[in-house]
Amino acid sequence: MAIVIDEKTKVVVQGITGNQGSFHTRQMLEYGTRVVAGVSPGKAGQVVHGVPVYDTVSEAAAKHGVNASIIFVPAPFVKDAAFEAMDNGIKVLVLIPEHIPVHDAMEIMAQARERNVTVIGPNTFGIISPGKSKMGIMPNTNYVPGPVGIAARSGTLSYEVAAGLTVAGLGQSTVIGLGGDRVVGLTFMDVLKRFEQDPDTKAIVLVGEIGGTAEEEAAEYIKGMSKPVVAYLAGKSAPPGKRMGHAGAIIERGKGTFESKVTALKAGGAAVAEVPWEVAQLVKQLEDKGWKAEG
Amino acid sequence: MKLYEYLAKDVFARNGLPVPKGRVARTPEEAEAIAREIGEVAIKSQVLAGARGKAGGIAFAATPVEAREAAARLLGTEIRGFRVEQVLVEEKLKIERELYLGITVDKAAKEPLVIASNQGGMNIEDVPERQIIKRRIDIRLGLYPYVGREVARRLELAGEIARQVADTLTRLYRVFRNYDAELVEINPLVISGERVIAADARLNVDDDALYRHRDLPLVEEGTELEKKIKALGLAYVELEGDIAVMANGAGITMATLDVLQRYGGRPANFLDAGGGAGVEPTAQAIEVLLMKKPKAMLINIFGGITRCDDVARAVVQVKTMRGIPVPLVIRLVGTNEVEGLEILRENGLAA
Repeated sequence: MAIVIDEKTKVVVQGITGNQGSFHTRQMLEYGTRVVAGVSPGKAGQVVHGVPVYDTVSEAAAKHGVNASIIFVPAPFVKDAAFEAMDNGIKVLVLIPEHIPVHDAMEIMAQARERNVTVIGPNTFGIISPGKSKMGIMPNTNYVPGPVGIAARSGTLSYEVAAGLTVAGLGQSTVIGLGGDRVVGLTFMDVLKRFEQDPDTKAIVLVGEIGGTAEEEAAEYIKGMSKPVVAYLAGKSAPPGKRMGHAGAIIERGKGTFESKVTALKAGGAAVAEVPWEVAQLVKQLEDKGWKAEG
Repeated sequence: MKLYEYLAKDVFARNGLPVPKGRVARTPEEAEAIAREIGEVAIKSQVLAGARGKAGGIAFAATPVEAREAAARLLGTEIRGFRVEQVLVEEKLKIERELYLGITVDKAAKEPLVIASNQGGMNIEDVPERQIIKRRIDIRLGLYPYVGREVARRLELAGEIARQVADTLTRLYRVFRNYDAELVEINPLVISGERVIAADARLNVDDDALYRHRDLPLVEEGTELEKKIKALGLAYVELEGDIAVMANGAGITMATLDVLQRYGGRPANFLDAGGGAGVEPTAQAIEVLLMKKPKAMLINIFGGITRCDDVARAVVQVKTMRGIPVPLVIRLVGTNEVEGLEILRENGLAA
């Protein structure tokens, strides 16, 4: 088991003929993802790394029965692409691009809520269920199957944390990038709920950062969970009012500070790592104790 | 992008929102001329900082000569670190009551959020929670007049004023949506006799949506170096320390700064070289970091969409073209790691 995607997931790549779309289609195929079709308006008939390309999702869905889409089109066209996927019955959307207008993101999320679609991102590295499937841009060699679920707001930082776990012999059930934008689909809380119900996940790692209130909301939920949670947060040294790259990573009006998140997570019963490489040590301790949640 | 008050009021006026009569002036003489048309005026420094009044950035003038003198006093001064280059000269309002109206993005709810209060004029952060009204908007429906009426009722307004406040909110939402705003705000919305009027105006437009608002003037914030690096498409923030840092990805960059600081180092900057930056932008980023004359440089790359060989080529390019005169520590792992390390090795570097 894993959450959201597994070996049965049939993927369409929207924007498959672009530079990133084509490069990561090859990477996903090499990983074993069932990429069955690509979409690029005006490019029907082409073949990218053996994957047939169509002008519309409608055609790709009719011919291949896709159930998930990963979107690589430029930011201004993401809303159109996401609506197209949802309108054709696709229930899992991974939005890789950054710089999507926040109003577009709000509209996408409203439609997704209405149609019961799972959206990951935007501005995400995607999702990987190690050994089964990946929809994203993360390195292929970084992960091994195992009992730890990871949810992260940041890409490279989660690679770092996952690499630490892999080296320590702790594999992962599913690793999800929530996305660094202000408005994103899945949140820490949504992912915790799914991991809580996934029999293969024994512990969960949250990789958070300053800004927003997603970590604080997750902390409330952690109190009632049967599985233990380890967290690491970036941005301790960030000055207020400065946007640290991610649209969401900013301390605004005294909210979303490092301290408030750490306090909330600890109160919720999570173990909080001080540095990225401490995460693996904390998870190892949980394994030694038989994966029991504290408190 | 934050718009100056006078620009925001321009947009508001074009969308049927009630704003005071007035214009922007760049010299005392212009201020005098505007005051001659209007009469008694308020003269407001145009800076992208809040609480201008408290900082002495607002003056009142009963005559055109007073207006000229006040403008002469304000122009060229600094308010919270921002130089005053323009003043807005507008009619002085007779204030009976002050309300607050704002619309922003509720990140957790993923929807627009209306915020309103009877306690206008002060910083909304300082208004007690029980005096603040919040109303989420379903973006698929939008803000129809009935929402305006609901909010006006909850503000305990009645009659003509309630009708105008409801109408103002409906129009404000239109600006919020049409201009891809992260925030629209009227504080205060002044009640003056039988009319309501936006005494101040804020319009912060989403930077990621500026491409569809070419009609708006560009207002730039940040230091010169910050602007220069932003033009390269990189995320950069200046900090106080002396160790230049480049990493890829906002999270890992923040974590790198945190770790540096934890072990007693002082980072000179936040620089996220971003997802998939190629050789040229990466090289330019390194060069820009060297311009600040740091004592050392740390490059921390975990390649996903960014390719390690590109980063290695960028480092080598800068090293050969202009030299890197400070101690350099590189960490390079992830996509195309082997190729990247090989390029460094060929050029006498290790990671």
